[in-house]
Amino acid sequence: MLDCTPKEHKERNSGGAINPAKTCQPLGAMYAALGIHGCLPHSHGSQGCCSFHRMHLSRHFREPAMASTSSFTEGASVFGGGANLKTAIKNVFAIYNPEVMAVHTTCLTETIGDDIPNIIKSTEVPEGKIVIHANTPSYVGSHITGFSNMTKGMVSYLAEATLPVKREQVNIIPGFVNPGDMREIKRIVKVMGIKSIMFPDTSGVLDAPMTGKFTMFPQGGATVAQIKDSGNSKLTLALGRFASSDAAELLVQKCQVPATTLKTPIGIKATDALLVALRRAFAQEVPYELEEERGQLVDIMTDTHFHFHGKQVGIFGDPDIVIGLTELVLSLGMKPVHILTGTPGGAKGSVTGSFEEEIQAMLASAGVTANIKSGGDLFTFHQWLKNEPVDLIIGNTYGKYIARAEDIPLVRVGFPVLDRSVHSYLPIVGYRGAMRLIESISNALLDRADRDAADADFELVM
Amino acid sequence: MAVTEKELQEILAQYPSKVQKNRTKHIFIKDGAESAQVIEANTRTIPGIITNRGCAYAGCKGVVLGPLKDMVHITHGPIGCGYYTWGTRRNKAQSDDPTQNFLNYCVSTDMQESDIVFGGEKKLAKVIDEVMDIFHPKAITVSATCPVGLIGDDISAVARSAESRHGVPVLAFSCEGYKGVSQSAGHHIANNILMERVIGASETEKAAGKYPINILGEYNIGGDSWEIERVLKEIGYTIVSVMTGDGSYEELKNAHTAELNLVQCHRSINYIAEMLETKYGTPWLKVNFIGVQGMSESLRNMALYFGDKALIAKTEEVIAREVTRIEPLIEQYKKICDGKTAFCFVGGSRGHHYQGLFAEIGIETVLAGYEFAHRDDYEGRQVIPTIKTDADSKNIPELHVNADEQRFRLKVSPEKMEELKQKIPLSDYAGMAVTMKDGSVIVDDLNHFETEEFIKILKPDIFASGIKDKYVIQKMGIPAKQLHSYDYSGPYAGFNGAVNFARDVSMGFASPTWNFIVPPWQDEPLLTGTVTEEGVA
Repeated sequence: MLDCTPKEHKERNSGGAINPAKTCQPLGAMYAALGIHGCLPHSHGSQGCCSFHRMHLSRHFREPAMASTSSFTEGASVFGGGANLKTAIKNVFAIYNPEVMAVHTTCLTETIGDDIPNIIKSTEVPEGKIVIHANTPSYVGSHITGFSNMTKGMVSYLAEATLPVKREQVNIIPGFVNPGDMREIKRIVKVMGIKSIMFPDTSGVLDAPMTGKFTMFPQGGATVAQIKDSGNSKLTLALGRFASSDAAELLVQKCQVPATTLKTPIGIKATDALLVALRRAFAQEVPYELEEERGQLVDIMTDTHFHFHGKQVGIFGDPDIVIGLTELVLSLGMKPVHILTGTPGGAKGSVTGSFEEEIQAMLASAGVTANIKSGGDLFTFHQWLKNEPVDLIIGNTYGKYIARAEDIPLVRVGFPVLDRSVHSYLPIVGYRGAMRLIESISNALLDRADRDAADADFELVM
Repeated sequence: MAVTEKELQEILAQYPSKVQKNRTKHIFIKDGAESAQVIEANTRTIPGIITNRGCAYAGCKGVVLGPLKDMVHITHGPIGCGYYTWGTRRNKAQSDDPTQNFLNYCVSTDMQESDIVFGGEKKLAKVIDEVMDIFHPKAITVSATCPVGLIGDDISAVARSAESRHGVPVLAFSCEGYKGVSQSAGHHIANNILMERVIGASETEKAAGKYPINILGEYNIGGDSWEIERVLKEIGYTIVSVMTGDGSYEELKNAHTAELNLVQCHRSINYIAEMLETKYGTPWLKVNFIGVQGMSESLRNMALYFGDKALIAKTEEVIAREVTRIEPLIEQYKKICDGKTAFCFVGGSRGHHYQGLFAEIGIETVLAGYEFAHRDDYEGRQVIPTIKTDADSKNIPELHVNADEQRFRLKVSPEKMEELKQKIPLSDYAGMAVTMKDGSVIVDDLNHFETEEFIKILKPDIFASGIKDKYVIQKMGIPAKQLHSYDYSGPYAGFNGAVNFARDVSMGFASPTWNFIVPPWQDEPLLTGTVTEEGVA
């Protein structure tokens, strides 16, 4: 497995990637757009992109992922895709009748410079229907950037400040996480007794139930009315700097809704931070229900600390998730020694500096040193592991090749997970999500210990 | 159950008029009484229609080149294109030298904004150098993506100069995603360069072994090619190369030494099949290794071509043994499947190939179609002279080859060829429509709207297509069988493949999970009791 990857690490400076740890913007934009109720994402480009993005989302969620495309031909690529987009808008509303079309772009349409807002303006959109857009050039950032850009698009087209006094409600931008995570975050805020608007919200869309009927626009998703009303909220919590803070910043500028950027609430510290932020802003006591969950989590962490303590771990994936996972494993006494994301550097308007600095700061306070890289690839990650093996890898499905090659257990977390099911329904965020992660990590390490133990050392109780 | 002409018109009438006019030409109801039913195919996709189609890059890099295991395939573009074709098509391969099998790698130039602005040629050259330095492959391919053509990167020039720098072939493929109207353009582009640069590139003049053949248009999805090869080798054939499942640069170079080319997927490889015949005098035979009938008939046709008595006898012996072995295995599944109906909508060949196998387990295909096939795949190759290349596809280069002065050799005398052509599909393909029953629906570039509409009328028991459809169909309570990825099972080709397919399809019907869709309380009144004259008791 991966026999062509040498142990010897040579500097690669071409800027090319071998086995990437990211994909391109439009996928994230498509995912975000599916988090609007009644929305059909539209890919303005040649149709290959749209098919690939739908396929990838379907493989991760095991759900339909609907989207339309402008289906460029060479002629449109040379002379501009205005006519294609206009035709597409007319056809989509006539045939599929969504409430909203959310247009994103590809490297093709960004390179030729199609002026999307103008094309939309000059197209007849049926009464009561909406077309929004985001520019999502594939040659900038990653799918996380695309998610961020489409979420910004929602704010710029829809959010409105219509009230003189802000409402007692919080906007939550959950970041590029699973529907299960979005459900859990909404539950936590609800238990806190606070009204919230979450956007995008793919719960009820990409985890829709089987009813015997296919619904093109499932019940879930943030409604247009909710996103509009986000301009009237008292606070926006952007969960995950890379995926969420740009949209929150735009809400500050456009609707004067104050924003706080927090880590994706993975693990005890980041979940605490979420509750503290909500408590402070809305003067709400944290109810016993959540204190109980937290206490259970600490109980579990204490009971099982000997499973984890000092174990070395390599983590890769999307930056907000990797930051959260790093904090979680540190809280368990583990040693993260290789940490990598494919998404480049510090996002624009970055709140706490670059990915590498943020990870470095967490490790420094724990007294741990590690290889850290943003904009890296799995070829690099694998070479790190060959030179400094670890006890556990945490990452997406692509990690399974490295895990097999180096005989290291893998815990699948993040996007995409293409070879296991259920993962998208259950949270990794919040205290309950942390319990689930701890169970997965613990099971992986103990299964390995069982597998490797001599018969005489094979334990009944662990 | 069939769709009437009236019902078809009602479906189409729901479209805006321009769309209606267009789509009308892409659908017909099979009627054997009508001579030569014409379909429009291989034309541009309607924007916003929700097509299942992909792009030329997918057809070139993803389908044809990707399976070649000892070459490093570099995607010149932003990260997505390379990423989405990394491990997603299940073209299996194994290698005696695992350090020369690159199938688990995804190499991309990962173009950034500055590459779009200032050009990406230098970066591409550097990536090729790094690939040589790290992997030392036998050859490298470079596939272009959408922006490459627009910014004017000359990937052929970069490839040429890298080739002279490193002394290994570096092949450039201008398969920008916007070329043509579908994956099909990419097949053609890949065929041209492989023919020009790889096939025949070795010094070998004669194949080592009896009955040397190439298998064309077989990508070893889920191990299909291995199952086919198992049988062919036992009969006594020498397999020179497979294009391109578990294929390699090293094998492909010798493809000119075969005595016969077998064409499994006509759409993706017929260009090479034709060119091999022109250049080396090697005829091609349309085969179908899917289904017991298809497999057996293909083996018999091959034996007939070589005409050797021992070969014919061995062929019959192997067929008899295999059929006897698998018939009882399939029989148990047939009991579950018998009498059911299927939709079969797959890329450019399986929409046809699987109908026979479905029929063998008792399932009738009532609707079939292709994403990106051409008229010849629907109607048969005899229509090729009447196909007009439209504006969207005319920029796909046609490669013209001539008879090779040294190597051209008629493998069979012209008289014998004519005689064989009466019996077996030599250098010919009759298309999908001919084998379909009257009343069945044939649809080109089926879209989401039509999928739902045809399901409403025909209520198929199973829908065979791909991942984008799968969960849509299953949400309706209908089993969906992926015929691109085989739902991660396989092989489905050959004799063992038929058993696997029958097992997997019957599993789809027999699974208890379908029984849980309706909650029990929806079948039950909320209040129970008896109604008396005074009211509810």
